[in-house]
Amino acid sequence: MKRFVSVLVLAAALPVAAHALEFNQVQADKSSIAFVYKQMNVAVDGKFKRFSSQLSFDPAKPAAARATFDVDLASVDTGAAEGDQEVAGKPWFNTKVFPTAKFVSTGVKPLGGNKYEVTGQLSIKGKTQDVVVPATFTAQGNSGVFDGSFTIRRADFSIGEGQWAKFDIVANDVVIKFRITANASK
Amino acid sequence: MTTRYTATAKALHWTMAILIFGLLALGFYMHDLPLSPEKLQLYSWHKWAGVSAFLLVLVRLAWRVTHRPPPLPATMPVALRLAAHAGHLLLYVLMLAIPLSGWLMSSAKGFQTVWFGVLPIPDLLDKNKEVGDLLQSVHMTLNLVFSLVIAGHIGAALKHHFIDRDDILTRMLPAHAKEK
Repeated sequence: MKRFVSVLVLAAALPVAAHALEFNQVQADKSSIAFVYKQMNVAVDGKFKRFSSQLSFDPAKPAAARATFDVDLASVDTGAAEGDQEVAGKPWFNTKVFPTAKFVSTGVKPLGGNKYEVTGQLSIKGKTQDVVVPATFTAQGNSGVFDGSFTIRRADFSIGEGQWAKFDIVANDVVIKFRITANASK
Repeated sequence: MTTRYTATAKALHWTMAILIFGLLALGFYMHDLPLSPEKLQLYSWHKWAGVSAFLLVLVRLAWRVTHRPPPLPATMPVALRLAAHAGHLLLYVLMLAIPLSGWLMSSAKGFQTVWFGVLPIPDLLDKNKEVGDLLQSVHMTLNLVFSLVIAGHIGAALKHHFIDRDDILTRMLPAHAKEK
């Protein structure tokens, strides 16, 4: 019986031991930030080619996790050159004045399993909004992958002003999808 | 042997004529426009009309296979008959190839075609910029050829009517049915 209990204790301790790693080395080549929006009811996707991020995540101490993202908005890829140009312009991102979008986490809440809820502040085009980002974390050895998506309303950030302000052609909702790969430091 | 087209064949011919003129005009007009909500809307309309034209040409081909069109006048020289048949064949090929190239181009460019905003047409190609640009040139070139062949088609019909003075043009006119 004693031995059985000690096996149990050992088994319970193992995952903690295995997770006592802090994932904080973001692998840019294995990370992506993409978006999906509806154009006349048709889903169209795009992505940002350049962004930088700092994060630290210890699965054993999720509440202590932190994440910061800086997205180079001029690196937007809408799938069409004229779209890229348009979206960089004044009515949309106005990248000359507001070159980066920034996300700063304010808290991480474990939801059980590999699910987490990240709260944070998203700033685009001089406007800041609180966002709640559901994410999953999957680790394989030294490498961890954060996956998730959340929806923002472009009007909250004045993205698409003037002739684009109505939502009949380009919808208000934009889904931001991310996959961030980070290695654990030893 | 009948010398007339069926009312259905005429209806299909003229519906498609109107649709194709609209599609060509819209296509040549819209692609040079600066990006705007209107431009995106025109592109969607063009794609919806293009899918409609493609479906109509399938109906038309089915009708044509099951309903023999009236023969060409016996007075026509063999070379001209061959030219007429080749011209019609080319028109049908282009009526199929052009919407297909447009559909594939949309897929490759990552803008799915959703018929009337309701019925999604599956993307046969994955998003790929080079393939998209290539298909854009293909779509454009086919339409330039199409415009020339249509001009030839109209020119030939007018020649039959005003120079040969046969019934080639009038037998396709809607009024012809009422005269009978």
